[in-house]
Amino acid sequence: MPKEMTGAEMVVEALKDQGVDTIFGYPGGAVLPIYDVLFHQEKILHVLVRHEQGAAHAAEGYARSSGKVGVLLVTSGPGATNTITGLTDALMDSIPLVCITGQVPTHLIGSDAFQECDTVGITRHCTKHNYLVKNVADLPRILHEAFYVASTGRPGPVVIDIPKDVQFSRGFYTPPAGVAHKTYHPKLDADLSAIQAAVEMMAQAKRPIFYTGGGVINSGPSASTLLRELVALTGFPITSTLMGLGAYPASGANWLGMLGMHGTFEANNAMHDCDLMIAVGSRFDDRITGRLDAFSPGSKKIHIDIDRSSINKNVKVDLPIVGDCGHVLEALVRVWRAEAKHADQPSLDAWWDEINQWRAKKSLAYRASSKTIKPQYAVQRLYALTQNKDVYITTEVGQHQMWAAQHYHFDEPNRWMTSGGLGTMGYGLPAAIGAQLAHPKALVIDIAGEASILMNIQEMSTAIQYRLPVKIFILNNEYMGMVRQWQELLHGGRYSHSYSEALPDFVKLAEAFGAKGIRCSDPALLDAAIGEMINYDGPVIFDCLVDKVENCFPMIPSGKAHNDMLLADLSDDAGLELGSIIDEKGKMLV
Amino acid sequence: MTTPASPPSPYSAALSSSKIESHTLSVLVDNEPGVLARVVGLFSGRGYNIESLTVAEVAHAEHLSRITIATSGAPETIDQIHHQLERLVPVHQVTDLTTSARSLERELAMVKVRGRGENRADALQLAEAFRARIIDATTESFIFELSGKPGKIDEFVDLMRPIGLVEFSRTGVAAISRGPEPI
Repeated sequence: MPKEMTGAEMVVEALKDQGVDTIFGYPGGAVLPIYDVLFHQEKILHVLVRHEQGAAHAAEGYARSSGKVGVLLVTSGPGATNTITGLTDALMDSIPLVCITGQVPTHLIGSDAFQECDTVGITRHCTKHNYLVKNVADLPRILHEAFYVASTGRPGPVVIDIPKDVQFSRGFYTPPAGVAHKTYHPKLDADLSAIQAAVEMMAQAKRPIFYTGGGVINSGPSASTLLRELVALTGFPITSTLMGLGAYPASGANWLGMLGMHGTFEANNAMHDCDLMIAVGSRFDDRITGRLDAFSPGSKKIHIDIDRSSINKNVKVDLPIVGDCGHVLEALVRVWRAEAKHADQPSLDAWWDEINQWRAKKSLAYRASSKTIKPQYAVQRLYALTQNKDVYITTEVGQHQMWAAQHYHFDEPNRWMTSGGLGTMGYGLPAAIGAQLAHPKALVIDIAGEASILMNIQEMSTAIQYRLPVKIFILNNEYMGMVRQWQELLHGGRYSHSYSEALPDFVKLAEAFGAKGIRCSDPALLDAAIGEMINYDGPVIFDCLVDKVENCFPMIPSGKAHNDMLLADLSDDAGLELGSIIDEKGKMLV
Repeated sequence: MTTPASPPSPYSAALSSSKIESHTLSVLVDNEPGVLARVVGLFSGRGYNIESLTVAEVAHAEHLSRITIATSGAPETIDQIHHQLERLVPVHQVTDLTTSARSLERELAMVKVRGRGENRADALQLAEAFRARIIDATTESFIFELSGKPGKIDEFVDLMRPIGLVEFSRTGVAAISRGPEPI
């Protein structure tokens, strides 16, 4: 017998039935009925953020570190519009979110009422799907459907816009049953013929490479296990996108490091020269491919993706396999074993010899200093001092993000949370809050820049209120470093508005919030200061004053190919003459 | 309604060299609020062309509508449009009627022509040749109704232009597959 209740009660009931234990939100007029229901229960922890963008990123951090759906609850109008950046971020990086927004009562919709906005219209372009609930009878189905759509197939954000009168209306609640959606049926298993064709191509390959992405992480931990098994079975080298770090362990023998614009020399050259590319849950983003007409010109390409529209979007592939990474990897391992396939070992040995020559370039090396803290050194020390702990890393966006990806190494999936597709400055602190709530005992560190951190610094209050001991490790070079690097490359070193003027005193700022502040500018004192940060039981802002003009290398300059990388110049104090490297066509790109 | 082609970029060079083709896509959708906006928004957001678009309910009880879109682009772009449309949650089925065997396309137009004397006679004669019906007439004007392939309507409108074309209104393409099977 379905229970009769109000729409607001249905929302909370559905969250419980969906296994939600934590939601992020901010109250306001149009969601007060739901907040009133939250007041009367204790099963769901509501985390009060300080800005709705923070709620969205916190839900992302929660989702990515736990594999669950992230949930946020915000009011109409500005509450909804403030989530747009976070929703778009989740869409680009395929993060499952359910965002519940309040709306003005149905009879006021369209009247430009106070705090009214066309939420479903505005979020149509930045969600996987969205709903405006006009009748309380539809609400239970839509709530459960939203979780299903958000978490299955290629995951993504879903918005449910609920007018205030619907929240007050009474109706019958139905718990989630087996979802039989009318139109939405993601394809999980690939055709066996495609699997067999892939295995055949892999057995024939002379210079193969795995190129994996965030899809492996999204598919769940078993996909990472299967990936490791397949790499071990074949002996093929493997590289990954920024989003896929941790699926294959960085300490694994076949790991080439990250690929792409700031990837390693060996990963990018191997991508360029391979004869078989096996793309698993990756989408040939422009940060990965560089110049498309020179992208891996001599290779056959297999593309495994759950999203059919990702295949042949940017790069034409020879063998498309539509399915869930985990399912497809399982089938590949099974068929490879059943058919007793083995790699072409002599060719593979020669391929590894070639790769090892690229490795010997040590493309992540930088000029060490005993006077100033090099940002790479700071990340390396942070890694050395935290690698044996239960650690989750988030980042903001910019140079520090790339240095973190290069020098912090991940052996497990779901440990690394960064804004890859959208590149959202201000992502890291709220994401760290979300990750810390999902893993209360873990060490959660936001590797930040001094510019990015100020974009959502208000969330320090959230960390304090909920006693979340997140550590913010700022690589402070007093520049929007990546902007400055590009201005050096493209605009003759005219650093237009990329200097971080009028910075706050981050130690005092931490103290003003009720957190601990630590500052360090001496490489000799860095280890002790990091130790102090780790051991402090509470949130910390660590102001790490680093070399102000260090650039992030290696780099594929815009419009160039994988085998046309810029490496750091380790010998010459004057550094590289960067201004003339990118041609006019390349300057047009982003 | 067409978007100008984007300037050549080294990022897109590999896929942009192909020939532009015209295709008609038939999209069966749940007839729910906002579904047309989703489809149209997909086209504008990703820079695809819409040459014509028609939409109407086709099964009232099942809440189904059919959207017929005439579009153009390189074969890779058409393929992308097809799969991007399939990704939309309320979409049941996408069929490319241009590649998926034989299909019929028709469009209806109403054409207002003004003129006296010889022009009037010319207009009537041409209308007969095109099997256009007169649905409104005054001493100095006609409104013709005609249906056919989009090219036929283009042709008729072009012929009416020197005679005294005032304005015209056309429905956009409706399409269906030949034979006993559904689309």
